[in-house]
Amino acid sequence: MTAGKRPLSPHLQVYRPQITSVLSISHRFTGAVLAVGLLLLVYWLAALAAGEAAYAAALGVLGSWPVRVVLFLGVFAFFYHLCNGIRHLWWDTGRGFEIAQVYRSGWIVLLASATLTLVAWGLLLAGGGA
Amino acid sequence: MSLRTPLGRALGLGSAGDGTAHWWQQRVTAVGLALLGLWFAVSMLGADLGDRAALVAWIGQPLNASLLVLLVLTAAWHSQLGTRVIAEDYVHGAMKVPLLIALQFIHAIAAAVGVLAVLQIAIGGR
Repeated sequence: MTAGKRPLSPHLQVYRPQITSVLSISHRFTGAVLAVGLLLLVYWLAALAAGEAAYAAALGVLGSWPVRVVLFLGVFAFFYHLCNGIRHLWWDTGRGFEIAQVYRSGWIVLLASATLTLVAWGLLLAGGGA
Repeated sequence: MSLRTPLGRALGLGSAGDGTAHWWQQRVTAVGLALLGLWFAVSMLGADLGDRAALVAWIGQPLNASLLVLLVLTAAWHSQLGTRVIAEDYVHGAMKVPLLIALQFIHAIAAAVGVLAVLQIAIGGR
């Protein structure tokens, strides 16, 4: 039997989504989003280095509405991955594994990343940088 | 039926001897990125992204240029480690190795272009 055709025991499809599993997969998903964000950062730096005309063209791309929406969602990906990453580092010290603690730290991460995102959005919209 | 002994078949299939290297590098770069990322976010939120001259002057300061180079390199390494795990978990078969190589190349190029751009602005007078 090839590896792809082996029967699997039931896993994802029999579980109700829980804050633990949802935050876990969200960490991986936002990490993948931020990998694309790294490419955008490099594109932005290269455009800055390439001169006035190239930077104006890059701002045209980065400032267009579809990209702007993606960037604003990317701000949340950044703060979520940052906050949940700190949660992971805390776990790496061997602390916070009781189920009540895991739920509490999960909600703290959500609250903190949402707050930081809203503050950043406010500053971006107020500062004319967006 | 194989004529190899059970020991002969098992040898070489165990630990590569560097089991914690990937995990530890992910953690060290995570700590670095938490600091560099917050610094960059705070700096950008206070900046006018449409004012190229001001941004170039900001990158022209040695401390900012140094931290930007570190940000690009640390982010590229952290991202390389992370996307590699994602690819290894979900992609199997003929596409696996080409994808892993492609991910390494993309991150190497991103790191090189990013660092060169910062250096051009900071010391190249762009």
